[in-house]
Amino acid sequence: MRRFAIPAVAVFVAAGLLALLAFGVAHQGTSSSIDAKVARGDYPVAPGAHMQMPILGSSGRESLVDLRGKVVVINVFASWCGPCATEAPILEQEQRQLVKHDATVLGVTYLDNSSDSEQFVHQHGITYPVVRDVSGNFVRGFGATGVPETYVINRQGQVVALRREQLAGNWLQQTMTRILAQSA
Amino acid sequence: MTRIARTAGATALLIALVAAPLSLATTTATATAPRASLTDVENDLMCTECREPLPVAQSPEADAERSYIRLLIAQGETKSQILQNMVAQYGTAVLGKPPAHGFNLTVYVIPPAILAAGAAILAFTLPRWRRRARAAARAPAASVPALDPADAQRLEQELSQFRG
Repeated sequence: MRRFAIPAVAVFVAAGLLALLAFGVAHQGTSSSIDAKVARGDYPVAPGAHMQMPILGSSGRESLVDLRGKVVVINVFASWCGPCATEAPILEQEQRQLVKHDATVLGVTYLDNSSDSEQFVHQHGITYPVVRDVSGNFVRGFGATGVPETYVINRQGQVVALRREQLAGNWLQQTMTRILAQSA
Repeated sequence: MTRIARTAGATALLIALVAAPLSLATTTATATAPRASLTDVENDLMCTECREPLPVAQSPEADAERSYIRLLIAQGETKSQILQNMVAQYGTAVLGKPPAHGFNLTVYVIPPAILAAGAAILAFTLPRWRRRARAAARAPAASVPALDPADAQRLEQELSQFRG
């Protein structure tokens, strides 16, 4: 019996370490299931809706819950990202239309420092609200792997469309026309 | 002056001579914290987008981090202030070494624990193995059965063929 004690302890410790590794890996994973659900039309509730994030250039904080009832286009960006700069005018143009329909773009800076983000906002004449996701927890909830990414949230707080690359063509315009018509 | 008074005076002088340079060094160290360098600071940081150590990362985000660090150095911030500032801007993911709380604590606890457990196992088993080896070496004859005369004769015959 005693000769099996040490191997048993070693196996027990190894199993514990494997369990720990599995736990760590599982909690690092991205929620790619959001993409699948949106594609199926089984719209998931937007993650991190209650997460309060600092408003860029202000001492205030804002969360998705504060915008509940509005259609929200979340655009994740960073000042150092070239594609983000390319799509900024598209978003700003769309924002001018959205405000007429009780909808808004919400910029979320990710992996960026506030001074560079403020400079970006100033350079591109952005008028929509911008918040900072310093920890990255908010965008990771959406399964974000980088910038830019765009998610559309309907008036019920569900993710109804998303794009994990630069906005191009009329994707945003066509998507918003459809969603605003559905929620009118 | 008595002998005791002279000894006390000499001791006080000796203490003053030793303490003066020490206190001067302490004052200088606290007054002028070493100026941070980009190399020194970026060694402790990660490129959060590419998930590589900042010194080797080549990406727009890494460049943005470096230029922000240069700005903070130019503003006269110390290394620890810069690291705090970077965490405030980019989150704890920017740190090369994760902060020691929550799940990250396992990084600091498990390796020493495994080492300690390994050392304990060795400390427990090695003396037993050595005791067994010594005991086996001391009584080799007892463990080998003696040959009976017939087998001994046969062995001798077979060996003589090789000698022959």
